[in-house]
Amino acid sequence: MRKGFMRGVCAALLTVMSVSLTGCHGSKGIREFEIPEEFDTSREIELTFWAKNDTNMVQTAIYKKAIEDFQTLYPNVTVNMRLYSDYGKIYNDVITNLATGTTPNVCITYPDHIATYLTGSNTVVPLDALFEDPKYGLGGSELRFDGPTLSEMIPKFLEECSFSGAHYAVPYMRSTEACYVNKTYVEAMGYELPEVLTWDFIWEVSEAAMEQKAGGLYAVNDQDVMIPFIYKSTDNMMITMLRQLDAGYSTPEGDIEIFNDSTKEILLEVAKHVGTGAFSTFKISGYPGNFFNAGQCIFAVDSTAGSTWIGSEAPLADISDDRFREFETVVMEVPQFNPDDPKMISQGPSVCVFNKKDPQEVLASWLFVQFLLTNDVQNAYAQTEGYVPVTSKAQNSPEYQDYLSRRGEDNTDHYAVKIDASRLLLEHVNDSFVTPVFNGSASLRSAASQLIEEAAKSVRRKQNVDAAYIEETIYPNVTSLYRLDQLDVGASAGGKQDLGPLPTPSKLLIGGLLLVWACLGAAFFLQKRREKGRS
Amino acid sequence: MKKFVSMMLAGAMVLALVGCGKGEGSSASSSADTVANAQTEAKSEGVMTYAEYEVAAVDDQVVIECYVQATQSWWDNKITVYAADKDGAYFMYNMSCNEDDAKKLTPGTKIKVTGYKTEWSGEVEIAEGATFEFVDGGSNYIAPAKDVTGMSADQLKAYQNQLVAFNGMTVEAVSYKNNEPGDDIYVTLSKDGTNFEFCLEYYLNGSDTAFYDTVGNLEVGATVDVEGFLYWYEGPDAHLTKVTVK
Repeated sequence: MRKGFMRGVCAALLTVMSVSLTGCHGSKGIREFEIPEEFDTSREIELTFWAKNDTNMVQTAIYKKAIEDFQTLYPNVTVNMRLYSDYGKIYNDVITNLATGTTPNVCITYPDHIATYLTGSNTVVPLDALFEDPKYGLGGSELRFDGPTLSEMIPKFLEECSFSGAHYAVPYMRSTEACYVNKTYVEAMGYELPEVLTWDFIWEVSEAAMEQKAGGLYAVNDQDVMIPFIYKSTDNMMITMLRQLDAGYSTPEGDIEIFNDSTKEILLEVAKHVGTGAFSTFKISGYPGNFFNAGQCIFAVDSTAGSTWIGSEAPLADISDDRFREFETVVMEVPQFNPDDPKMISQGPSVCVFNKKDPQEVLASWLFVQFLLTNDVQNAYAQTEGYVPVTSKAQNSPEYQDYLSRRGEDNTDHYAVKIDASRLLLEHVNDSFVTPVFNGSASLRSAASQLIEEAAKSVRRKQNVDAAYIEETIYPNVTSLYRLDQLDVGASAGGKQDLGPLPTPSKLLIGGLLLVWACLGAAFFLQKRREKGRS
Repeated sequence: MKKFVSMMLAGAMVLALVGCGKGEGSSASSSADTVANAQTEAKSEGVMTYAEYEVAAVDDQVVIECYVQATQSWWDNKITVYAADKDGAYFMYNMSCNEDDAKKLTPGTKIKVTGYKTEWSGEVEIAEGATFEFVDGGSNYIAPAKDVTGMSADQLKAYQNQLVAFNGMTVEAVSYKNNEPGDDIYVTLSKDGTNFEFCLEYYLNGSDTAFYDTVGNLEVGATVDVEGFLYWYEGPDAHLTKVTVK
């Protein structure tokens, strides 16, 4: 009876201990992913894929076909897709679902966002080992499709997915920004387009385009609306200008450098042209393409991935037919400070794999990700917008080369502006750049945008935007809004940080564990002593 | 008893006037305007009347009092609000708001909003970042739908952001954003050969409702009566709140 009691005590203590340890495990997250020896095709596996498109129905159809084709190859895998048209919304939903352990399996995202996802433990799978796995890696022997090898991934694009010591994503598509120019209006004003656009040229022509005739209509377009220069993504605008000036933005480690004199000069220039009405932004006025197509904008900077919405004969449009104007559209690099050393941002969707308890589920996710890199998917998706495929295998394929060669054959599949936009990036891959990725880099990117938006809004709201206003009002507002003074850069994977003193619940838990071990030890000691006494 | 009778008579009169406004095309506007003018209410000190708001320039600071009519879903300390007073309507895009206050922004709630007037792709609104406070003693006003059937886009501009009704419309096209159920639904309706764009906003209505299914399942050629807030995106683009298939 006594022995039974002791057993009971021990069992109870062990249960308490195991529950305590389970609690600890739960708080640390899922175990690190290990590649299974074999992919188990006898089990049903269900994957969730959060995808992003550009409000382009063809892209949706391509995703659906890719899923169908993949499921035909792997009948035991079902892929459920949820579509978004905004990276920010995907990011918000992932953050929400990280807390509940309900992230998708595969997700289209930006590296900046992944850096935040990495604050959880083992949340996103590092892909390096998977890349090189002989069976299931890139070009692996057991794949049921003809995917790219590691050497067939465009190195610059793949490099963009490497941070915190590993590749946490693969590129899916790449784009850059282009300046879509109404050449007809530029020449009508007596200017000739240079080979490379400069900021000086754009500002000068934009100011000239503000000339109004008697009666208030603008001379260049004979309309009552003219915003000569509109920039869609002001985060990219600030980031690109700083990079072109070789000025500070952030260090690779995450030190914030954006609040510098070059930034101030940029903001003063922006403020000057907002004041005359020569410059505006998407957030303030609307989509550049809508104004551009209506002949109300001369320089529209937008993603090459938005090229099907831009131009006199754009196949996609949000404005009615009667508002379109006839003119020649030219696709150029974004304006530069130094035309001999052009710099443009590299952007576009990447794909990451979220870790799950079941390694087979993760392996299935990785197989699906690789399937998105096959030529059929890459070529089809790249042709929906001014994207470029991320593998040399797809870029060099006869199908893709044939597509490029048919520029302007029609205003749908071979829309000239779209193919020109793709070519822009293909010809300038080495001029493209990305910003450092760290936990907080997404906030810094938002802050870069907010600086320009604040300066522009302040001018419009009759504030005097001078150096003092920038330093005393805009900088502190933006710092506070994005908590740039509280960034926890070290929290992402690979980072080191001082976590501070243990919280009280943790102290109690550790104390409880020590007590359990002490009781177990005492019980063991008492039992041994009794057994010794009997013998 | 007398009070009760007076209230009943007043109510009947309002309903009669609103009824007059429905289904009579452009003549409806004059009836509706009569009602609105008759109901104009005084504003607190320092608060603009709707007429003053209407003539304020884009980028001017505005201070208004209004009654919440509906809200889109709250996120990240922001909420988008459809609001009205007895003279007109307002749209507050991404107004600053904490989660607790968001729950109190129920239809009819009176609030005072301070922000900047702006125009985005034709939509006249109070810009992102406006602040607000609750106003005690409001009358929980809910604006009736104004019948705008038969009006041109130019005429509709005067009713921007108001709850409006289009009756006897023909369904021309229905499509899901991204071609997938679960997000916004775009609906094109016509009247006498003129097309009008409508949108079921996911953030206003959600997607798990019978209403969402009704709109998603509309058949081309069907005749419908619809109501919605008259949002503007490069033209009238009402956010649907009610659809009745005839």
